[in-house]
Amino acid sequence: MSLFSKKNQEVLLTPLGLNNPVTVQVLGICSALAVTAQLEPAIVMGLSVTIITAFANLVISLLRNTVPNRIRIIVQLVVVATLVTIVSEVLKAFAYDVSVQLSVYIGLIITNCILMGRLEAFAMMNGPWESFLDGIGNGLGYAKILIIVAFFRELFGSGALFGFKVIPDAVYEMGYLNNGLMLMPPMALIICACVIWYQRAKHKELQESSN
Amino acid sequence: MNTNSNSYTVIYAAIMVIIVAFLLAFVSSSLKETQNANVKNDTKKQILSAINVTEVTDADAEFAKYEVKDMLMQADGTLAPYEGEFNTSFKGEIAENRLHVFECKVDGATKYIIPIYGAGLWGPIWGYVALNDNKDTVFGVYFNHSGETPGLGAEITTLKFQAPFVGKKVLENGNVGLSVVKNGKVAKPDYEVDGISGGTITSQGVDAMIKDCLKLYTPFLTIK
Repeated sequence: MSLFSKKNQEVLLTPLGLNNPVTVQVLGICSALAVTAQLEPAIVMGLSVTIITAFANLVISLLRNTVPNRIRIIVQLVVVATLVTIVSEVLKAFAYDVSVQLSVYIGLIITNCILMGRLEAFAMMNGPWESFLDGIGNGLGYAKILIIVAFFRELFGSGALFGFKVIPDAVYEMGYLNNGLMLMPPMALIICACVIWYQRAKHKELQESSN
Repeated sequence: MNTNSNSYTVIYAAIMVIIVAFLLAFVSSSLKETQNANVKNDTKKQILSAINVTEVTDADAEFAKYEVKDMLMQADGTLAPYEGEFNTSFKGEIAENRLHVFECKVDGATKYIIPIYGAGLWGPIWGYVALNDNKDTVFGVYFNHSGETPGLGAEITTLKFQAPFVGKKVLENGNVGLSVVKNGKVAKPDYEVDGISGGTITSQGVDAMIKDCLKLYTPFLTIK
């Protein structure tokens, strides 16, 4: 079987669109609300989740035939928690500034439902390479939504992108104000819902039949 | 092999935990030294930010350049050199009444940097206040936090919030007059700066932190 067979491409790419973990499966919403007030933490969070999902999927997939069924969730949690701790320690030692910037978010990855969801639904019954791709795909799908939400929140909430002012002063002088509500968590939920709305309106196959 | 038997499950769990424990202990202990060095370096960088020295890579070199000296305030308000290990958190030091003052020279003039700490909305906040040699006006400030809301409380780290502190007076009739007030409500422009709209609790935290900590330094601030 080739490394990028049709099935593997599907595994990698559907989470970016039609099977997006955030907008279609509605997983990982909690952190999508917490870290999307600005673009930069959103991107770093998206990347960290991608790396950790990919490697957790890989490890669990390698162990899948040995894991006792009754404690499989615990085994999955231990693997995820170990990876997150290692990543956080390594960041503290070699990329201190990044780790300070991420502060609590890196620990929050443990609680991200996408990880447990993918481990339980995919890695427990598929081979290591497919599972790795699935992790990358789902992580990027998650990152994509985070970036979209953070883009709108930072632009309208702070008038900036990546911390740089993009709305010119002249606009403020004409009476424009930043929308403080954009920086509050509820607005992340509303933007997320708008993304879901757009996606479902565009793809008829995502809509439930009306009867 | 029957992976569902009790003994298999117990042994599997035990081995897994032991492996993970060794792995994490190994990672943690092998990185400890680098991490501590980073924390120390970062603390020095934060102290330097209070005197507007930013973009520092080698904090030790900059410390030498500005002749930063770690001093302790004595009961009568004078300063004596501090001999111990460099501290990376001043919370415990202040609690145990070891009041640090970093004395330094900027362009030939003496500046004093005072570490402060307090509580924001979600967690600790801390900072450094640099005073001119008259010990009455602010030369620069630095604030940081561990978990305030980005875009709201976390704005205390920005220049926009910190810049107005420069030139403010500290003591007003023997009490700490330097304050953060609700955005747009500055009544005494010599002492007060604007808080952050939407970050009220964090702004109040900064206000309380400045008052509580600088109060302890009154003997130092009042002797000439």
